[in-house]
Amino acid sequence: MEHDHISRAFDNELNELKQSILIMGGKVELMVSNSVKALVDRDTALAEKTITSDHEVNAAEMAVDERCLELLALRQPTARDLRFITIALKIVTDLERMGDQCANIAKRTRELNEEPPLKPYIDIPRMAHWTEVMIKEALDAFVRGDADLAIKVCKDDSFVDELNNQIQRELLTYMIEDPTTISRAMKLNYISKSLERIADHATNIAEMVIFMVKGKDIRHTIA
Amino acid sequence: MELNLTQTQEQSGNTSILSVSDLNLHYGSAHALKNINLDMACNQVTAFIGPSGCGKSTLLRCFNRMNDLVESARIDGSIRFNGAEVNEPSTDVIALRRRIGMVFQQSNPFPKSIYENIVYGLRIAGVNDKATLDEAVERSLKSAAIWNEVKDRLNDSALGLSGGQAQRICIARAIAVNPEIILMDEPCSALDPISTLKIEELIEELKSKYTIVIVTHNMQQAARVSDVTAFFYLGELIEAGGTRKIFTNPEKKQTEDYITGRFG
Repeated sequence: MEHDHISRAFDNELNELKQSILIMGGKVELMVSNSVKALVDRDTALAEKTITSDHEVNAAEMAVDERCLELLALRQPTARDLRFITIALKIVTDLERMGDQCANIAKRTRELNEEPPLKPYIDIPRMAHWTEVMIKEALDAFVRGDADLAIKVCKDDSFVDELNNQIQRELLTYMIEDPTTISRAMKLNYISKSLERIADHATNIAEMVIFMVKGKDIRHTIA
Repeated sequence: MELNLTQTQEQSGNTSILSVSDLNLHYGSAHALKNINLDMACNQVTAFIGPSGCGKSTLLRCFNRMNDLVESARIDGSIRFNGAEVNEPSTDVIALRRRIGMVFQQSNPFPKSIYENIVYGLRIAGVNDKATLDEAVERSLKSAAIWNEVKDRLNDSALGLSGGQAQRICIARAIAVNPEIILMDEPCSALDPISTLKIEELIEELKSKYTIVIVTHNMQQAARVSDVTAFFYLGELIEAGGTRKIFTNPEKKQTEDYITGRFG
């Protein structure tokens, strides 16, 4: 059990910071889920909604950045508080980039919905599901300071990478057999790549959580 | 020097309780405060920062006429406390100091019991009813966050307390007479870091009932405890504004140089 700070105001400020990052993360999870749902259900309105909601994520990033700068200036945090706040600053950048990738998926979806479907989508929703779980677990690990959960997220990333490789190979066979599929296959390829990038951002968050908890930087050490 | 006072007031959002205008103070031929204009808002913590000799303590001591005790001090300009002029010859200085209490750098408990320290101001004001005094002692010690530590030894000498405890006793003593403003002149500079944090947390709690003006050498303390920060240099008020603004993006280069440790 962690002791509270003597300054209760500082405790409240740290909790509020945690909450705003969680809310931002929740928005991003929903964007991942909706962007892929819009593809599978051929729901262009949902794709448009996803593109618009990216503005909320951008605004949340700026608000968290500002709060972190204030806390650094006014509270002079040390040790794990210092790691928490500096990592919060980096986490929101990753979350914001995830939001951008979701908006990109929604834009390609909007185009794909204009044409007949290339094939039933099976692996892309699986990838999206895994990616959402990774985001959720990375943020859970962040707020709970749970290094074991963060390590699990880092390991799960290779599964998403494999799914991406598999999708790329499959789409290649479509394009080789029938060049009229190239345009649609390239867009699906792009969507798969975006999901893979989102999972990488979740991994970045998990790595930073391990640093926050253990004070040890494990980036670029896990193959 | 002119200051953007409206900004300070907008950020505080509270009504002004102390209002300083065109204040000048000379110690003999030395010009210690130069044309100070500053408003302090109700139920807020205002911090004065600046290097030694900048006039921050001198200004604080103007608010309850402590500079009356300095022979060579000459003041002109205005200080209004709830609209009334502090420097009027007709001002009852004793009553003024009851409404504007003070806590000093070195804790100065009287060589009496803890209980008698707290009720000292009330006794001088003629209060002797035991129930009233008991109630004041408990309320003041609780407000100063030291009740639990001393409640079983109220009759022990206050001189036996640690520095941090003695300082909280002095704060309790100031609170006991129900002041409106508490002036604190470097209240933590003789304390260890944990006792300092306890006093800072106390300041945070006290501001719901009192207005606090604190002078501090420790600008990180100003950042932690205050709503408004005023930076003084060589007797001038260089900049005053919301503490968040002053410590993240001050208007004046001199302020930035001081808070970032580039002064010289």
